[in-house]
Amino acid sequence: MILESFNLFWFFGLTVIMLFVIGLYYVLVTYNLIRVLIGLEIIVKAVTLLLVVAGYMTKHVALVQSLVITLIVIEAVLITVAIGVVLGLHGKNDSLDARRIRNLKG
Amino acid sequence: MTLLDIFLLVLLVCSALATVLIRSLLRSGIALAFTSAVLSMIIFRLNSPVAAVFELSVCTGLISVLFISTISLTEPRTRDEKLQHTKERLRKFWYLPFILVVGGIILSQINKTISFPLPAPETETDVRLVLWNLRSLDLLGQIIVLLVGVFGVVILFKEKKK
Repeated sequence: MILESFNLFWFFGLTVIMLFVIGLYYVLVTYNLIRVLIGLEIIVKAVTLLLVVAGYMTKHVALVQSLVITLIVIEAVLITVAIGVVLGLHGKNDSLDARRIRNLKG
Repeated sequence: MTLLDIFLLVLLVCSALATVLIRSLLRSGIALAFTSAVLSMIIFRLNSPVAAVFELSVCTGLISVLFISTISLTEPRTRDEKLQHTKERLRKFWYLPFILVVGGIILSQINKTISFPLPAPETETDVRLVLWNLRSLDLLGQIIVLLVGVFGVVILFKEKKK
């Protein structure tokens, strides 16, 4: 791998790591369920960027684009169903705070 | 790598950070949409226009609309809850910029001598042909996931019979 492309990967890789850390931190410290989903979105964005950069560097752009399309479809479905669950929980508990959801507690 | 790429990457991290740090949930959702838009610009610059269009239309458009409509369906906090929440946020989030700056400095100092093995060169360069011929099982998976999502939403919002 030539030095120039490695520097490029390093720059993008640093951004990917930062995005991942931001998303993970948000998921870990917040109790609001919508904010948890937003954190999850940021993590998925980090993964998307990593895939695209890897495809660009290895010159497998077409393959990576198909993978990214699949990832985006799964992400959209996941968020839709998760929002449905969050709205259902809000209807039952009148709150989006994860600490107040005790219905599943054995 | 041009100056524009570096600017877009910095903008991406800043907008993600703004998404996390903004107090208002609605503004946080809008900042997430902006993050997606910046990411789609970066993807476009990395020679992946189809993925960029998907990112722009689905993530910036559809998912942001979903988030904003969900936020409008839920009740806002009371004044006391807002005060309490602000104090908690300050306590929780002061670490984050610190972690990012220190982590970034440490990572940028690591010796860059790792070498990755390159895979075989790409045989097909058209994304449509790759998706329909090479990755046709992915399409089947996408259809199944979409159906699961549709049935999941139908079951979640099914009204009980009286």
